[in-house]
Amino acid sequence: MAAPELERGWVAFDLAQEFPSLALWLMRVQARSGRSPEPVRRRLRRLSDRITGGHVIHMRQDAVPWAYRVFWRQVGIDPDTDRTPVEQIALDRLKWGGIRSRNLLDDALVIATFETGVPVIALDADKVGKALGLRLTGDDERLGGTGRSLSSRQIVVADEDCCLAVLSGEVSEDHGVRSATRSMVLCALQVKGVPEISVEEALWTASDTLSVGG
Amino acid sequence: MPDVLERDPRFAPRTLLDERPGRRTLLDQIERLEGELSSLFVSTWPRKGFDFSVPSRGGPRMLLLSELEALRDDLAERVDHARRSLSDRTYVEERHRARIEEMLLEPERHKWVRIGNDDIGEPGCKHWHVRPRWGLLGYLMNWWRVRISSGCPLVRGRGPWPRPVTASGRA
Repeated sequence: MAAPELERGWVAFDLAQEFPSLALWLMRVQARSGRSPEPVRRRLRRLSDRITGGHVIHMRQDAVPWAYRVFWRQVGIDPDTDRTPVEQIALDRLKWGGIRSRNLLDDALVIATFETGVPVIALDADKVGKALGLRLTGDDERLGGTGRSLSSRQIVVADEDCCLAVLSGEVSEDHGVRSATRSMVLCALQVKGVPEISVEEALWTASDTLSVGG
Repeated sequence: MPDVLERDPRFAPRTLLDERPGRRTLLDQIERLEGELSSLFVSTWPRKGFDFSVPSRGGPRMLLLSELEALRDDLAERVDHARRSLSDRTYVEERHRARIEEMLLEPERHKWVRIGNDDIGEPGCKHWHVRPRWGLLGYLMNWWRVRISSGCPLVRGRGPWPRPVTASGRA
């Protein structure tokens, strides 16, 4: 099987004008979800042991999590209410006393996001178009074409046909990964202040973790 | 007068205003203010009672210029408020620290005063309490001392551990 390659998604002109450093990175991988194998669960436990209260407090001053906080703020989200993914993972860890294993894909995304600070989402590669990118919604658009309606000027991950995911992480039900999915597209968002190497590392970490599960 | 003030369409400006420089400046200001707010948040920990929330604008979306301005103003106000609150709080904490020093030097001048870690902006349950030495006798003789608590109470309390109830119902 060929090694997965990194692709750069397109960014709509108006969005690129507003946020010149904004980018969407994609990686297509042949993998399936399911119950996490023991090595992944062990890694999750080790990750969980590293998260302390002081770490969470100071996280917002670390370069990458801070960059996403700023971006969240600039696009009209209050990062203290709708947390950035990495902060949400850390807070959930404090709240529940550990990171619970859900399934291989979710665990891989949690590990990649927490290790690098870069949020990663996954889509079903067979259900999305060839060219994925970021754009603003127009009037009367729906998530996934038939899902909930989206207000105009929302920032979404989209293909040639429709909006696939909202920037804050909500993925269209029709285009998300299911148990039958055999091929996925991992998407990572890069914003100003986040080095490319962190984004690459996030995608490779997710891909490697998925490969552990076969 | 309205006739005079009415704009003749022939002389109306035909160019659209470029919002980009203004938007760029506002985004930079929001970035800077968010940085200040984060620093203040870290500085205030473990103190409680500070408000850092700035309401969301229904994102994630590209905000209008007016919305960016309002967001910038809200952030600036929140940063200012948090900074002043922290300054006030640290002043009071400094006074409490000085008072602990005075209590240790002259306990009889600070009878029954109790200062906790909360009052000096530190985590934990430790407290300094001026109490009479040997109870009533010390009270009558004016023998005072500062008792320093040993920290937070144990989770299990003072008594013995409760015995586990077995399946048969016997302890």
